[in-house]
This record gives sequence, structure tokens and C-alpha cells, in this order.
Amino acid sequence: MTLLSVKDMKTNIGQYSVLHGISFDVPEGGVFVLLGRNGAGKTTTLRSIMGLWQPSANSVSFQGQDLSGMGTADIARKGIAYVPENMGIFGGLTVEENLILATAKGTFDQKRLQRIYDLFPAIEKFWTKQAWSLSGGQKQMLAVARAIIEPRALILIDEPTKGLAPSIVAAMGEAFREISQSTTILLVEQNFNFARSLGRDMAVIEDGRVVHTGSMAGFAADTELQGHLLGLSA
Amino acid sequence: MDKLSETLGRYGGVNLLPVVLAAIAFVLIGAPSSWVTLTIAGLSMGMMVFLMASGLSLVFGLMDVMNFGHSAFISFGAFVAASVLAALGGWLDSDSVLLASAALGLALLAAITFGLAAGLFFETVIIRPVYRDHLRQILITMGALIVSEQIILAVWGGTPVTVPRPSFLDGAWIIGDVSIEIYRVFAFGLGAVVFTGLYLLLNRSRIGLLIRAGVENREMVESLGFKINRLFIGVFMLGSALAALGGAMWAGYETLITPALGGEMMIVVFIVVIIGGLGSIEGTLLGAIIVGLTANYIGYLAPKLALASNMILMMAILMWRPSGLRPAVK
Ligand SMILES: Nc1ncnc2c1ncn2[C@@H]1O[C@H](COP(=O)(O)OP(=O)(O)OP(=O)(O)O)[C@@H](O)[C@H]1O
Ligand SMILES: [Mg+2]
Repeated sequence: MTLLSVKDMKTNIGQYSVLHGISFDVPEGGVFVLLGRNGAGKTTTLRSIMGLWQPSANSVSFQGQDLSGMGTADIARKGIAYVPENMGIFGGLTVEENLILATAKGTFDQKRLQRIYDLFPAIEKFWTKQAWSLSGGQKQMLAVARAIIEPRALILIDEPTKGLAPSIVAAMGEAFREISQSTTILLVEQNFNFARSLGRDMAVIEDGRVVHTGSMAGFAADTELQGHLLGLSA
Repeated sequence: MDKLSETLGRYGGVNLLPVVLAAIAFVLIGAPSSWVTLTIAGLSMGMMVFLMASGLSLVFGLMDVMNFGHSAFISFGAFVAASVLAALGGWLDSDSVLLASAALGLALLAAITFGLAAGLFFETVIIRPVYRDHLRQILITMGALIVSEQIILAVWGGTPVTVPRPSFLDGAWIIGDVSIEIYRVFAFGLGAVVFTGLYLLLNRSRIGLLIRAGVENREMVESLGFKINRLFIGVFMLGSALAALGGAMWAGYETLITPALGGEMMIVVFIVVIIGGLGSIEGTLLGAIIVGLTANYIGYLAPKLALASNMILMMAILMWRPSGLRPAVK
């Protein structure tokens, strides 16, 4: 079943036309990966889905409902969480406050909280610390934790491994595998090995357009296509 | 040097600046009784300026909105309160402290209510269409300011208006050779109560958490499912009401007000907000106290420098800390 369907999405930022026709379908369950070179339009795609940029009319449908034209807060309340490229942590707030803001009622579901502690022990350890004092990896964990503290149908995650040490990348991969058992993840990733290990389906964006979409297994096997689309020398 | 700043940090860091200022002034002034009087005057002026400035700081912090019309709330607050006090003159003149307090309370309440309503109008009609467009914000809020000043001129006229105040706030306490004006103590106390309330609102409530988060990153607050515009209307109204309250208190302090009052205070308010750092009320309070003390000390030590002193102070602080003493984390 299709959870999120993006159809011929076009987005302008100010006077620039950045996306010229993005189409892909994210099925329910698992990890869907968006690949593409720097400046291809991956972040803009996520921001358009989230309503942070205005996408073209009728271009985003989620659980059968049109999202284009809705405000960001309303989109979030449909059950979509966003982990932006810069993580969007509130540095002046404590770890606890960052998480409590992400809950709808202002109280924690202890089971979910325990699950977060299990996935990311650093969250429990630095619970009362102000978030600016965390390391890059810990901030990323907090950003992901914020996305799963409430049940959601879909999480948009933008380049979560950028600048992280290999051991933390591995931990992050484990966490995503666990999360994707219950929540669909739409992942933007430049680290192809990381993306390949997680992704079930994928799409490649180039210059504001989707130029390839299919299964990750198929793409991973086709080194020529990879070289052509991503400039990867296998 | 690092060690020194670390030790200073442990004892309050930049929060110590007013103490340092007061200590230097103590040496320069020489006469302890004058120093006490000036310090109390400075603290109470600081608190009134804090009332006027806190809203502007939060509004800018939360939405990057530059509201040059903010001083209109200060002026209106002053004139509305003055009119209510004049109308209730009978209560003020009576010997009953209760009646006089009621008159004062009603005057302040009228200023606050006016500030809330004017804030709602200003935000929805004037600011809303120009979110995220600084040049137009400056132009349109300046325009609104001019219109507001003309309205004040039309309603209250251009001649100075006397502000009656309750007799129990008139006069001074004399302790030894130190004289302490009662109104100043009252203004300081009221400001301290408002600061405490604001501090608790921002640090102990969910709304406050949202405001602090919004000051840092409003897109992320939206992405968590909260409508920042609604939050902003609330903050804007609160800020306008506090400015009006500050104006009303200032009117009682000056006892003679003209329509130029808002504009004159606005320069001070901008200096305070910039010195303190945008988006944090702790910073605004610190900036306001520093400016209030400096204005009074310099006014005594070198009256000719009084006007320039706060500008010089602002430049010095900005060279040292370009984003102010205690800005909100961005
Ligand atoms: N705020 C903006 N204003 C103008 N142009 C922008 C803006 N944000 C992005 N762009 C342009 O849109 C294009 C796509 O940018 P986007 O950030 O979506 O790329 P990306 O695929 O996420 O790249 P990266 O891998 O570097 O994060 C780029 O050419 C970029 O210059
Ligand atoms: Mg990007």
C-alpha cells in the first residue's frame, strides 16, 4: 500500500524554480531512500512535503489525502515527523524539554521513552543537559528521538550520518532498522553504503527531477547505473 | 585571563556588570547619600524601561519582526493612564488609601487592556501582511507610529498633560541623610513582580517552552505540530500590554507628559534591547538596569554627557559582545 505519493511536484524558492517534476511513491513500512548529488533537490523535496516550501497543487498525497497547500503544523499533526539536515535541536532547551515539546500532550509514554533510552543511551545520560552542549552524534540522536517519541506514520530524515564517526553511523543504522519495523522512513542519504544497507526502495533525484526509481537491491547490483547517476566508482 | 573569566562566570558573569558599574560610580560620586539616591533612581528607571522593552525583544526574537511602532504602545499607555487618573481625581484626593489605590489600579489596568487590544489590532492588520520582509516592516511600522502620534495629538492635544498620582506614592522616605522617593520603590517593585511572572511563564510553562523554542527555530516548532502564528499573536499582545504598562508607570514618574514621550523612550528601549541581546528577557532586564544606572550616574557626574552616554555604552558593549550580553541561543 502506498503511504506517501509525490506526483510531478514542482517547487519554487523565491524566483528560482528548484524542483521541476518530482514523482515517487513511498510504500508503507521499511526505509525508502532518496539519493542524488549535492544540490540535486533532496532537501527541497523533504521541505516541500513538510510544507516548509510551497509545492505545486495536488502534488503530495499522504494516506490518500492531499497535503499540498496545508500548513506545516497541520501536516505534522497528520503523523509526519521531520529530522532536518541541521537537526533542528533547540540548543537553549534541555534534552528533556526538547523531547517534551515533541509530545502532543506534554507527557511521556513511559514505554516509548524506555525504547528511546535503549536505542540511544546518551539521551538518558544527558537528560537534564542543555542541548547545545551535546556532541554532533548525540544531537542527531536527540533529533531522531524527537521524531519517535510519539507514534508517527512517516519520518522524513535528511542526511543523518553527515559528519558522524563510523561507530555512531553504525549505531544510527541499527536504530533506523528497529524504528522502520513500525514506522515508515523516508531517508535522504549521501552515504551510499549506509543507504544500501537500509533501503528497500529508492529514487534518484538529479537537477530537480526524479531520474530513476526502483528497488534498492536492483540499484545496488547495477554498478553502471550507480556510476552514471551518482558518479560513484564502484 | 581564562581563569579570571571562569571565576567571574561562576559568580554571575555579565550579571555582575551593574554591580561593577555601581562600585565605580560610588568611587566617582564620593557622597554615599547621593549615590544611594542615584542608584535607586537608576534601578527604578531600569525596571520601567524593562517593561517597555521586554515585548520588543521577544517579538523580534520569535518572528524577526522589527516593530518601530512599539513606542506608540508606550505613549498610549501613558496617556490612557493619565486620563483615567484625571477622571478619578476625586478618589486620588480622598484620604482613603484604598480609593487612591483603586484609582491607580484601574489606570494601570486600562493601560494594559488598551495595550492588549492595540497589540491585537497592530499584529493582525499591520504586521501580518509583512512577515519576513524587513524593509516593509520598517516602513509600515514607522508609518503606523506617525499615525498613532497624530491620534494622540488629536485626542490629548500638544500641551503637556499633568499626571496626578496617589498621595501615598508622593514624597520620599528620609533615612539619615538619604532620601528615597516612594514612587521609585513602587516602580521597581512592580517591575520586579512582572519580571518574575514573565520568567516563570517562560521557564515553567508549556507555552513558555514553545516561545523559547520558537525564538531559536520557528520552523522546527511548526514541524512539531504547533502553529507559530497563534503563539506570536499572544506574545505580541503581551509585549504591547507591557509596553503600555511601562508607559503608564513612566507617566507617573515624570508627572508631566507630552506626545513625544514614546519617541524619546524608544531610543532608550532600542539601546536596551540591543545591549541585552535579542529574544531573552534576562538579557533585556540586564540591559535595562545597566542603562538606567548609567543614565542616572552620568546625569549627576557629567550632565552634558547624559544623552551620549547610553550610545557610547551600547557601542562599547557591542564591540565586546556583538550579539549583546545575554542573547537567546540561536
Ligand atoms: N533557500 C534557497 N534559496 C535559493 N535557492 C535554494 C535555496 N535552498 C536551496 N536552493 C537551491 O536549490 C537546489 C537544491 O537544493 P537542495 O538543498 O534541495 O539540494 P540537496 O539535494 O539537498 O543538496 P545537498 O546534498 O547538498 O544537501 C540547489 O541548487 C540550491 O542552490
Ligand atoms: Mg540537502
